[in-house]
Amino acid sequence: MTPRYAMVVDTRRCVACKACVLACKAENQVPDGFCRDWLVEEVRGRFPNLSAENRSERCNHCGHPPCVSACPTGASHVAEGGVVLVTHHKCTGCKACIAACPYDSRYVHPEGHVDKCTFCLHRVQEGRQPACVEVCPTECLHFGDLSDPDSEVSRLLATRTWKVLHPETGCEPNVYFLK
Amino acid sequence: MNGGMLEVVSGRHNAGIDPGLHVWGWEVPVYLFLGGLAAGLLIWSAWIEIASGRRPESQALRWGPWLAIVALTLGMGALFLDLAYKVHVWRFYLAFKPSSPMSWGSWILVLVYPIAGMAGLGGTSPEERALVGTALQRVHLDGVFGRLVGWADSGRRPWLGASMAVGIALGVYTGILLGSMASRPAWNSGLLGPLFLVSGLSTGAALLLLLHPTPRERHQLAGWDGVAMGVEVTLLALLLLQFATSGQSGLLALRELTVGAHGASFWSLVVIGGLLVPLAVVLLERFRGLPHTPLAPILVLFGGIALRVILVSAGQATGFRAL
Amino acid sequence: MGGFTRRQFLKIGGAAAGAAALGGGLTTRWFGLDGDPVDDPGTDGDRVVPSFCELCFWKCGILAHVKDGRVTKITGNPAHPLSRGRLCPRGTGGIGLLYDPDRLKKPMIRREKRGQQEFQEVSWEAALDYTAEAMLRIREKHGPEAMALYSHGYGGSWFKHLLKAYGSANIAAPSYAQCRGPREVAFQLTFGSTVGSPENLDLDHSRAIALIGSHLGENMHNTQVQDFSRAIDRGASLIVVDPRYSTAAGKARWWLPIKPGTDLALLLAWMHVLIEEGLYDRDYVEKYTVGFDRLKAHVADKTPEWAFTRTTIRPEVIVETARALGGARPAALVHPGRHVVWYGDDTQRSRAIAILNALLGSWGRKGGFFIPQALSLPSYPYTKYAYHPKAPPDAPKNSVYPLADEVLASGLCMASIPGTAAYDVKGWLVYGTNLIQALPQPDVVQKAIQALDFIAVVDVLPMEIVGWADVVLPEATYLERCDEIDAPPWREPFAAVRQPVVEPMYDSKPGWWIARELALRLGLKDYFPWKDSVEYAMHRVHGAGLSCDEMRRTGVIRGPRVPVYFEDGLEPSFATPSGKIEIWSQRMEEAGIGGLPDYTPPEEPPPGMFRLLFGRAPMHTFGRTSNNRFLASVERGNELWLNARIATELGLRSGEMVVCVNQDGVRSEPLPLKATERIRPDCVYLVHGYGHDAKGLSFARGRGASDSRLVTRVRVDPAMGGTGMNVNFVRVERAA
Repeated sequence: MTPRYAMVVDTRRCVACKACVLACKAENQVPDGFCRDWLVEEVRGRFPNLSAENRSERCNHCGHPPCVSACPTGASHVAEGGVVLVTHHKCTGCKACIAACPYDSRYVHPEGHVDKCTFCLHRVQEGRQPACVEVCPTECLHFGDLSDPDSEVSRLLATRTWKVLHPETGCEPNVYFLK
Repeated sequence: MNGGMLEVVSGRHNAGIDPGLHVWGWEVPVYLFLGGLAAGLLIWSAWIEIASGRRPESQALRWGPWLAIVALTLGMGALFLDLAYKVHVWRFYLAFKPSSPMSWGSWILVLVYPIAGMAGLGGTSPEERALVGTALQRVHLDGVFGRLVGWADSGRRPWLGASMAVGIALGVYTGILLGSMASRPAWNSGLLGPLFLVSGLSTGAALLLLLHPTPRERHQLAGWDGVAMGVEVTLLALLLLQFATSGQSGLLALRELTVGAHGASFWSLVVIGGLLVPLAVVLLERFRGLPHTPLAPILVLFGGIALRVILVSAGQATGFRAL
Repeated sequence: MGGFTRRQFLKIGGAAAGAAALGGGLTTRWFGLDGDPVDDPGTDGDRVVPSFCELCFWKCGILAHVKDGRVTKITGNPAHPLSRGRLCPRGTGGIGLLYDPDRLKKPMIRREKRGQQEFQEVSWEAALDYTAEAMLRIREKHGPEAMALYSHGYGGSWFKHLLKAYGSANIAAPSYAQCRGPREVAFQLTFGSTVGSPENLDLDHSRAIALIGSHLGENMHNTQVQDFSRAIDRGASLIVVDPRYSTAAGKARWWLPIKPGTDLALLLAWMHVLIEEGLYDRDYVEKYTVGFDRLKAHVADKTPEWAFTRTTIRPEVIVETARALGGARPAALVHPGRHVVWYGDDTQRSRAIAILNALLGSWGRKGGFFIPQALSLPSYPYTKYAYHPKAPPDAPKNSVYPLADEVLASGLCMASIPGTAAYDVKGWLVYGTNLIQALPQPDVVQKAIQALDFIAVVDVLPMEIVGWADVVLPEATYLERCDEIDAPPWREPFAAVRQPVVEPMYDSKPGWWIARELALRLGLKDYFPWKDSVEYAMHRVHGAGLSCDEMRRTGVIRGPRVPVYFEDGLEPSFATPSGKIEIWSQRMEEAGIGGLPDYTPPEEPPPGMFRLLFGRAPMHTFGRTSNNRFLASVERGNELWLNARIATELGLRSGEMVVCVNQDGVRSEPLPLKATERIRPDCVYLVHGYGHDAKGLSFARGRGASDSRLVTRVRVDPAMGGTGMNVNFVRVERAA
């Protein structure tokens, strides 16, 4: 069975500390002023009746990635496990993929190519976890293979209430948020 | 807004992406405008000849395809300036991605040049041919030139047909490029293809009208320009209607274009200044004998560029993050 | 490096081609010649050095990756019990400290008046001679006790040793009287043991947790947050008492937006409910405590209704939350907090927390407070200190803080203003602590410094305090030096080593070297018999019968698991005068403070003013890290939190620049307003550590606003001299 990599973010456990963002920056040498993952903190209600949700967000590595469809050169492509990658030497920096991404997950690297989260595929291929998952002090990030029903991510999705961001895009995001 | 307030703090501050998407500046709308203009020039210079069965009389129409090439080249120059990784530009031509309008566009552009060139060659006068032929003698290319002219003349109708076809493809493509982006509510409509095509037709006609066509040609062009503007008004109305009836994201687009940050410029520059006023002028010229002035064509050209600048900007201002 | 080394990198270029064809069409792969390789950013080190972190004081195990002589990244050491392979944001951020372009690069001697920040670069020789001569002069003229050391950070151990050898006991850190002191005193009085650092909280297994102003998650002590998160995952009932809807409050079943300064009323009412409803641990209380009957009488009238009028927390919520705690006991704990110097009655509030935990029977119990165990490492066989130093002059003349068990940094500062204390302090050695921001009342601090004969600062960065120094000694960062072995009491015993990852940059030197060089010049050579700190550290490791080789290779050695709960057979014992848990404290009674905690109402904010509260952000350790560009890449400076309704009333909008003006007319630097539903209308909040003005901090300077500047008033805790700081009020104005 071909793997289907996914990330599951437990919003109940996340404290929005941004360790994931910094670990990613260090691991992937993300240029100054940019990030491949980021925190969104939402608070609803009026004092004192409030509720909060913290989300560590990143590229959704969509099942139907509009960025890959929009890319004229094949630089944006679907790699192993459904991971969406950008081949730097094929990218013209036309930014069609950026415009096409409903999640605004991409940016132009100062070198000119478009850049984004890779699910740390270079680590995953070596059997390691993505840097953000490895560092997370709240263990709120889970990475794994959805094609394996016994994987941690599969089990979490089977037993917990979850959502994806903007399912109405039809992109079939692969980053899931546990409530 | 259930439960009262919503406070959102995002830790993402990527340049060009946050706080609002801004990856396409002036270059892309200028490219889309010039591409549409080129499409209009190709289509009119071919159609007038096909419809009347007569060679164009004015220099403007004879040179239409050449003008299209100039406009397109300038447009591609703008697009090139927009590329963040310019030295990889050749990568467009190592791939064809049917799912990517950008890829379609880059290959359409390749087709436009020879077809427009042949259509343009067929329209040249004997004097012009002689002039070029003599000039090419020095580099021993006069023979090739002669053969090309021969093809252009012998296949005049097919070349004109091809010219119209690539013109239509080019015009539609400039709209589809945006229209295919479901990620941006203000672009998310198939109507953008025909809308940009008719806008291209209208601007193409407007430019030709400014370049001293003969009275007969003027009559034809102004007529078609009026029709194009009428269709464009209809398409814009349909676009807004579509936005109004397609849920939350459509309403976001509708608000952005009509009452949001882009509302004032959309109504004043695109709808009123760029469409209704020139349409009224054209109608008055045709049916009430108002003397011809460059007013309507100039307004149309400005309206054409305004449409693209505003749509490119409004699309980037609307995104799922606001939903 | 065994398991930590980089595995062979597999470049699976065109292997993903099949999947990639999804995009459709003739994309450019050209039979694999033009494939899509998975890029490896190449940040795995060719060397991976285990050590422990110093971005805060928790000391998590790290793995520093070094490639071509540069530290590329820092990850958590899976073998280390405090990190378990994970790090807080700061841990990763060590690279931002190591490669901070603003680092102190050369020793310097002051050229102009103190505080003018004008220095001349000198050789180490000159700087050390200068320092030693000044210290010798002070000892000769005023006695060794006239020299004080302020030290915060693990490299400070060498200087503490130096100062004791020199003859002074005046060694203080603001982490006591300006931070956790009241808690230490209260738990020592109650249980005969402090909670320590890392705290002995068994959050991991707690079924009910009450946080009193603790903002875990924003306050990012790695293991503690890991345990906190696990507790949340297991469905623990979380009660967060905070005037602000903190990150932790966002996780809570109950958020109690308490009126600032009234926590004691709530705590007393909780005791009332626990006792009235019989929810306390009767057996435990009977067996292990003294003074319960007095407490029962004491809280008999502290009803939820009584507390409601003081705290604004509805009586039924007080009852519900007390029942949640009581129902989960003994796996229930009321968190003792860490920075607890708030209102001047902080020892009493901390005592109330301790007593509540005693009622819940949580001390020594799973899900409460485990009894931590340390790996025993014999200390280095030093020559005995020859002097018998005088007691610290850290209380005002003719007075005493009866229960203080550490030296007060604020007290030593005050004693430097001639004639205010038992004797004058004439010289300061400041190690790694920016007293300008860490001590309250900046005008007092500056006055004290100007009165000194001598002040030397050892630091990595040109913090504000450096600008006031006579001599500046640039220290190497924690990634460039070996320090003392760390073997704190914990859930499992362990010892960890900090070892140099790279050579010291510039002309910086490790703390041990600086201390040793000073010792040589002070005639204290016998106290520094080792060659370097590695020799010292390995001597201790070897002395404990541990493998030096393993220690250096893995960074940490874990001792055998031992029981840490009473229910696992650990014999309960309490080092109190009675040998029991002291609900009623004789020592507090004798000190005239009261054997049981009592509620005193806080001062009300004057009309139009708000109580100033401050706290932490997860990516920073106070002001120590605010110049760390890497860490700062995930924050946007500090903001002033103000209740949204109040902001509207004041005509202020979120995002606009405002200033705070305190009760003494002191103005803050401008900072953006955060008009929010997340805070009560009677207080404002900002993150501590911003608003630097030191010239050398080219990044942090002028960024955000400093709360310290506004803390011109303190209320001193009569029990232990802690400086209560949440007693300042500010007006909020639009910035000019």
